[in-house]
Amino acid sequence: MSPVLAIERLSAVTGDTALLRDVSLDVAAGEVHGLVGMSGAGKSMIAKAVLGVLPPAVRVTSGSIRFEGTEIAGLPRARMRQLLARGIALIPQDPLSALNPTRRIDAQMTDVMRARLGLGAAAARERALALLDEVQVREPASVLRRYPHEISGGQRQRILIAIAFACAPRLIIADEPTTALDVTVQKQILRLIDDLRRRHGAAILFVTHDLGVVAKICDRISVMHAGVILEQGAVADVMAAPQHPFTRALFAATPRHDRPELDLRPVPDALQYAVSVPR
Amino acid sequence: MVDAAMPHHATGEPVLRLAGNWRILTGGVVLGLLVLAAVAAPWLAPFDPLDQELSAQLRGPAWSGHLLGTDSLGRDLLSRLIWGARIAAEVAVLAAIPTAILGTALGLLAGYFGGLADALISRLVDVWTSFPPVLLSIILVALIGTGLTSVVVAIIVIDWTRFCRVVRAETLKQRHMDYIDAAIVAGLKPMTILAREIVPNVLPLVLVLLTMEMGIAVIVEAILSFVGLSISTDAPSWGGMIAEGRQVVHQAPWIMAAPLLALLATVLGLNLLGDGLKAELDPVLR
Repeated sequence: MSPVLAIERLSAVTGDTALLRDVSLDVAAGEVHGLVGMSGAGKSMIAKAVLGVLPPAVRVTSGSIRFEGTEIAGLPRARMRQLLARGIALIPQDPLSALNPTRRIDAQMTDVMRARLGLGAAAARERALALLDEVQVREPASVLRRYPHEISGGQRQRILIAIAFACAPRLIIADEPTTALDVTVQKQILRLIDDLRRRHGAAILFVTHDLGVVAKICDRISVMHAGVILEQGAVADVMAAPQHPFTRALFAATPRHDRPELDLRPVPDALQYAVSVPR
Repeated sequence: MVDAAMPHHATGEPVLRLAGNWRILTGGVVLGLLVLAAVAAPWLAPFDPLDQELSAQLRGPAWSGHLLGTDSLGRDLLSRLIWGARIAAEVAVLAAIPTAILGTALGLLAGYFGGLADALISRLVDVWTSFPPVLLSIILVALIGTGLTSVVVAIIVIDWTRFCRVVRAETLKQRHMDYIDAAIVAGLKPMTILAREIVPNVLPLVLVLLTMEMGIAVIVEAILSFVGLSISTDAPSWGGMIAEGRQVVHQAPWIMAAPLLALLATVLGLNLLGDGLKAELDPVLR
């Protein structure tokens, strides 16, 4: 079966600095693919490239991004809009800032459905209620009437997840969706995302720096550093026997509940800079 | 961490909360009185503002039914003041609202689309604001002819830059917010995003500026009336009344004082209202 998302030898630069170098990665239908690395590794650049929202200063120099076989790198805005929400959707990183503070939840949820699914006001509202129910938001009718600042961060992330699933996309980019949340809430949100994607049959590209998250939810993993993918494989394999020294260092820097006797070690500088030679 | 949420609104009914601010309350009352005088002028004014009583010129206040006295043609001052409020209110509304719409629209376009649109609009604003506004308005009215319509047109043509500059800056700030990115990756069209995501965020700011602009419009009309470039001189506009009063200020100072005080109160009230609204609405923008 052909993958939902296939990135091949993608390279991008800003000015003279290489951001992505020959990145290849694919996400099969229904798969959760974890993209891990430290801050600045280029994880979010890949997410932005797939969504077609790279900053103006960033230029793709070579490679391709195909969504269900269609080339989407450099696709005109108007064509890209056709794919967004219904084909590819985003669960953003920070639930506190990803909702407009001046608009009610109602309006923000129904906007996408009305614009992208062509639903009427009443139908969109009904679907919003059903979605809120599905993401386990209590008293959905009352939540719909509220402004973002009136509800908690966890609730807001649930709403953003509902919005991401609203138009039944085949691929969801989850950009560190649990980073801004409490540890206790993180777990619930992860389980929710996992539940929903199974029920809706969506594939997920899960961007994170949290290896614990990867172990829980992902099928495959790509370890990234300085714009290069260092290691790729099934989560169980990579976790059991990491091949690249950087991957090993990254795992050694992550606390493990199952092996509390292990000391944490920061990623050595030599490894951090080893691969980051300029283009 | 999760609950370190956005700045919270004070609780309670929004209208009651706004009325709790003394500047908004004072400004609102002044504005209310102005609107009342403007709307109910025919019923409130004890005399016809144009009726001359040549046997009763320059009477002092409280003289036989003329509460504020009469002017040099024997016209009732209070009635002229009340009818003058109508002209002031007309200019405030007719000039300030189109100014706000024009400036806001251009500011939104420049701020959201950037690039060429921004370059063109921003340079235009730079050139525009390099002219002194009062001088420009006098020249404009002299060119397109006198009258209330010309005054309104002059204010719109000159003052749109006030809105444009501020709205552009706020739109630029909004443009980088996560919820705008979220709307873009939801596949919403630029115009939809502008109208639904950005406009509600710049609206409080526009409202504050609009209030201030109304004060400016009232002053500009008074200035142009004062130099005889607005409405015809026997019509009861405050600026015209000040000009007339100036000629007899030694014999009858109240004739000039009354419209001056009315003007002062109106502009002060509008500015207080604007300041109060700014203080109340600003946290929402942060």
